[in-house]
Amino acid sequence: MHINYVRGFKENRLGRLGIIFLALILSIAFLAPVLTAYSPRQVSENIFQPPSQKHWLGTNDLGQDIWSRVIFGARTSFITALSVGILTVTLAVFIGCSAALLRGIYERFVLRLIDIFLIIPNILLLLLTAAYLRPGPVTMVIVLSIFNWPGCARIIRAQTLTLQEKSHIKAAKTFGAGTFYILVKHIIPDLGPILASSFIAHARRAVFMEAGLAFLGISDPLLISWGTIINRALQYSYLNNWYWLLPPALGLSLTVMAFSFLGYTLEEILNPRLKVGKNAGD
Amino acid sequence: MNNTLLQVENLKKWFPVGGGLLKAPTRYVKAVDGVSFTVKSGETFGIVGESGCGKSTLGRTILRLLEPTEGKIIFSGIDIAHLKRKDLQKLRRDLQMIFQDPYASLNSRMKVGKIIEEPLIIHGIGNEKERKKKVEELLEIVGLNKESGQKYPHEFSGGQRQRIGIARALILNPKLIVCDEPVSALDVSIQSQILNLLKELQEKFRLTYIFISHDLSVVHYISDRVAVMYLGRIVELADKEKIFSNPLHPYTKALLSAIPLPQVEKKKERIILEGDVPSPVDPPSGCHFRTRCRFADEKCVSKVPILREIEPGHRVACHKQF
Repeated sequence: MHINYVRGFKENRLGRLGIIFLALILSIAFLAPVLTAYSPRQVSENIFQPPSQKHWLGTNDLGQDIWSRVIFGARTSFITALSVGILTVTLAVFIGCSAALLRGIYERFVLRLIDIFLIIPNILLLLLTAAYLRPGPVTMVIVLSIFNWPGCARIIRAQTLTLQEKSHIKAAKTFGAGTFYILVKHIIPDLGPILASSFIAHARRAVFMEAGLAFLGISDPLLISWGTIINRALQYSYLNNWYWLLPPALGLSLTVMAFSFLGYTLEEILNPRLKVGKNAGD
Repeated sequence: MNNTLLQVENLKKWFPVGGGLLKAPTRYVKAVDGVSFTVKSGETFGIVGESGCGKSTLGRTILRLLEPTEGKIIFSGIDIAHLKRKDLQKLRRDLQMIFQDPYASLNSRMKVGKIIEEPLIIHGIGNEKERKKKVEELLEIVGLNKESGQKYPHEFSGGQRQRIGIARALILNPKLIVCDEPVSALDVSIQSQILNLLKELQEKFRLTYIFISHDLSVVHYISDRVAVMYLGRIVELADKEKIFSNPLHPYTKALLSAIPLPQVEKKKERIILEGDVPSPVDPPSGCHFRTRCRFADEKCVSKVPILREIEPGHRVACHKQF
């Protein structure tokens, strides 16, 4: 199967939109120090200022510049998304593939473990764990990944089982290829599309979860996060502070949308049957 | 015998059906159920049978792609049926396989040169330059040009892909090649090219083939000796000439009567079998073929016919007197 990702994304309207959103937020996150004159942590006496020339989005209850907090918040969001995506997919590949290749009692154990993870309400467990562990960005990434891998691992296991039946993998076995060799040379390259879509799905989820945890106040309070900003803004909502509340909410929505659109597009590229109306009949 | 390359003794491959987490499987699909034969060095041993008779499973079990349930596979004096993975590794070089589907058996993400080179890499043979040279050599032997190595499998036709598969099977200089329906996925006009190539290569490299097919005319063309399989057992085994001119087992007779003849005016007796192949989970008692056999009697129900020698080199599993 040869997939032209570039063409697929170019031809798809949602895909283009997703890429534009992603590029926008990424560049803001990347250029954050250039885009503002204030440090996001710097406290001043000018508290509760409305938007002005000096402070584009005003200041918060501690006199911190909201605009710089929002753009630095994008950084946190992205770093979490990427690391959770990578860690989740790596964990899932490791566990899913090993279950499919080793079979036996190990596979049964892994499958039951996945079932357990899938049955227990994720968020509840996440809240409890996050509350008990020492908050910090690294802990959060690890906790989010640990609760995200099971679904992905199950898909990967199923796909690996299917791939193992392909005759090019049987052929590799006839000339004596070991399990690890087959995994690296034949199975993982074929898993590419699934890994890509899982990565995007989990990155999206991570953005949402990170903001949610921060909003609920169980992540590192020092971390500049959209969730924290929204939480703060809501506490002072009687001040009619839309300029404080809306920008992080907008950033959050845009990021989640960008990932969602990329995910949809990827799915459409990989599964042409989803294309409604286009190329009907083939 | 000195020139026996492969001896299969009472080989069984049963697949469990049912069973659960803690429950042991209660029933088995007896895909290969006690098969014995020998393959001489340098010959082509054909295995025919309709689909589902276990011929592909047999081929895969011989190569230890599937773990045998029971029996012996003696390859050049060593029983490989229960050999450990590590010890098997060296013998893998002598045992290769050509697959049915030339589209699925080549990894579409790898270049052809890499595909053919892969066995050498796995066995750590030669350096990069030597391997490249060997690949080019083999491409030419199987009738492709050297530049083909730089292309991907999807750029080739079915016949060319099968040539690539053959080149890959040859690169380790094997002694025995199991050909699992190597031409059934190909166009009729291409089939003969591939068969002739296989014959040529056999002479050149003194190869031994186990040729699995459901196509009797293909088997007739390429084989020296032929085994007919029915429901996991060999029912008749003889030299090609004998089996085609003087088939003894009722199943073989029925099978041979189904070969279409090019001469329209020539009428021949067509034996039509009634019913379907019974399920291999629950095969008939005694002779597996008795449910469809014209001559079946009580003995066939109670007693399993053994493969007995009727005349030198011609063995039949049937209670009937010939």
